[in-house]
Amino acid sequence: MSSGYNFAYLDEQTKRMLRRAILKAVAIPGHQVPFASREMPLPYGWGTGGIQVTAAIIGPDDVLKVIDQGADDTTNAVSIRHFFARTAGVATTTRTGDATIIQTRHRVPETKLRAGQIVVFQVPQPEPLSRLEPSRAETRRMHALSEYGLMHVKLYEDITRYGHVAISYDYPVMVNFRYLMAPSPIPAFDNPRLHMMPALQLFGAGREKRIYAVPPWTDVRSLDFDDHPFRPARAPHSCGLCGATDSYLDEVVVDDCGGRLFVCSDTDHCETRRGNGMRP
Amino acid sequence: MAYVAVKGGERAIGNAHAWLAEARRGDTSVAELGIPQIAAQLGRAVDRVMAEGSLYDRELAALAIKQAQGDLIEAAFLLRAYRTTLPRFAHAAPADTDAMLVRRRISGVYKDLPGGQVLGPTTDYTHRLLDFSLLGETVPPQAAEAPASEEKMPRVAGILAHEGLIETDGASDGDPGDLTREPLAFPAGRDLRLQALARGDEGFLLGLGYSTQRGWGGTHPFVGEMRVGDTFIEITPPELGFAIDIGDLTLTECVMVNQFKGSKTEKPQFTSGYGLAFGHGERRAMAMALVDRAMRAGELGEEATAPAQNAEFVLSHCDNIEATGFVEHLKLPHYVDFQSELESVRRMRTEAEK
Repeated sequence: MSSGYNFAYLDEQTKRMLRRAILKAVAIPGHQVPFASREMPLPYGWGTGGIQVTAAIIGPDDVLKVIDQGADDTTNAVSIRHFFARTAGVATTTRTGDATIIQTRHRVPETKLRAGQIVVFQVPQPEPLSRLEPSRAETRRMHALSEYGLMHVKLYEDITRYGHVAISYDYPVMVNFRYLMAPSPIPAFDNPRLHMMPALQLFGAGREKRIYAVPPWTDVRSLDFDDHPFRPARAPHSCGLCGATDSYLDEVVVDDCGGRLFVCSDTDHCETRRGNGMRP
Repeated sequence: MAYVAVKGGERAIGNAHAWLAEARRGDTSVAELGIPQIAAQLGRAVDRVMAEGSLYDRELAALAIKQAQGDLIEAAFLLRAYRTTLPRFAHAAPADTDAMLVRRRISGVYKDLPGGQVLGPTTDYTHRLLDFSLLGETVPPQAAEAPASEEKMPRVAGILAHEGLIETDGASDGDPGDLTREPLAFPAGRDLRLQALARGDEGFLLGLGYSTQRGWGGTHPFVGEMRVGDTFIEITPPELGFAIDIGDLTLTECVMVNQFKGSKTEKPQFTSGYGLAFGHGERRAMAMALVDRAMRAGELGEEATAPAQNAEFVLSHCDNIEATGFVEHLKLPHYVDFQSELESVRRMRTEAEK
């Protein structure tokens, strides 16, 4: 553990500020709570929100897993895992089931999360309405009034133009029948996992200075229409390493003649299956 | 080619960092840069890094510049990430720039004024010809020195205020905000706007300030006054109950004087924009003053149509630590999202073929 810094890098005053924001966020599911985001030794846009949330909740007995794109071994996941191993001295793991805190960028693990676990999402843009209305003063008002017609119009326009909603990731969800929320850039495939999840979901956006949360067992619905129900998509293949047919797949280019290999994006899920003898 | 799951990210990072350290040092037959050399001879870079890093410490700023291989935004980032870990044990009283030990003081609106025009160490009237003598080591000739003047240097804003020709600063409405402790919300008060500008990116502020001169939110500015010099900083520890001097800062202060046509309730008078920078940073202080004035359009009843007049736009994008982080994060893997986009585009193409 590196000396000269407080446990988990942030000073205790800052952690208290973060915890108050997190508590408020948990009390108002899906509502974006502004917080005084600090500069972290990692750049904005690289997970500073998630790192601050994790730093505020982590204790010496926690076991931390960090994934990026579903994988434990992507460089940024390695870097963040190192950061906490170095500043908090906590145990780290790649096993979803063994972790008490899972910090993630762009994925929800395939393994079902259980009560007592906390998943921390890194969020680049917490405002689900940002592409429709750039002013945060205005979107704040729209959230206060539950004025989400603009988003429904956008979905409707997609359907008339493309025959389906053309949002494939960061697909907006309605939390607890009240707040429209950006689930972070997870593929829409992962959205149903947020619904009634037994684990606590925390979302941290460092650069945009917002924290929001979905408490355990909360209703989370992807926006849709009765005659155009939400339809999550995945590549129509099975994993080339473990044979899974229901996991989210990455497309790997294997040659320059159009050869493709599809593999599980969740590396722990894939390794566990292969460990259990699963093959294509 | 067989697919090999990408492993060894950890070793790759370690090797990359080692290579970076080697590249930073460069040719070892050339003497290594010392921190005092950077602090003394690259003073303007140090000033900028202190301003954008929001921390007045010449030695640490010089260290950051060395560590960042002269990348000043990266250096400001290093300084910010250090600053954020420091405890806040007191709030200083407002710096008294009237009491500044002035090295440079100029006014664009008066030919001469009490205290005079003091050029100081400026590049303003140099010819921008490369000085090839600097290729070698040089000892500059001793600059002439005048005896320190006892004459007061009243601020130009004060001179104009005597006639009621310029708006007054108005009474303080309580403790100033601090955007490093409370997240910025809109509409933001002038205290917070100035704080954000003071640590904003110099290039961004310069471009915005320039745009107001070219008609995008014109404010008809004059440099009322710009002064550069040293000012003491005081704090009042609660256990002492009286103010103590904790050190001197070099500051650059600029007050722009701008036209104002008057409104239903106010007679025509001059208004001002304010700029303040750590160290010697005239470009930064001037640009800040232009943008500060432009963002006051709403409060002065002017039509706000240009980017520089939109406080939310300016304040949300002026911080280069935030900006560089988010722009550069596009280097991170995005293949999960890209995969979902691939499937979506394939689906749309199938629909289109039907």
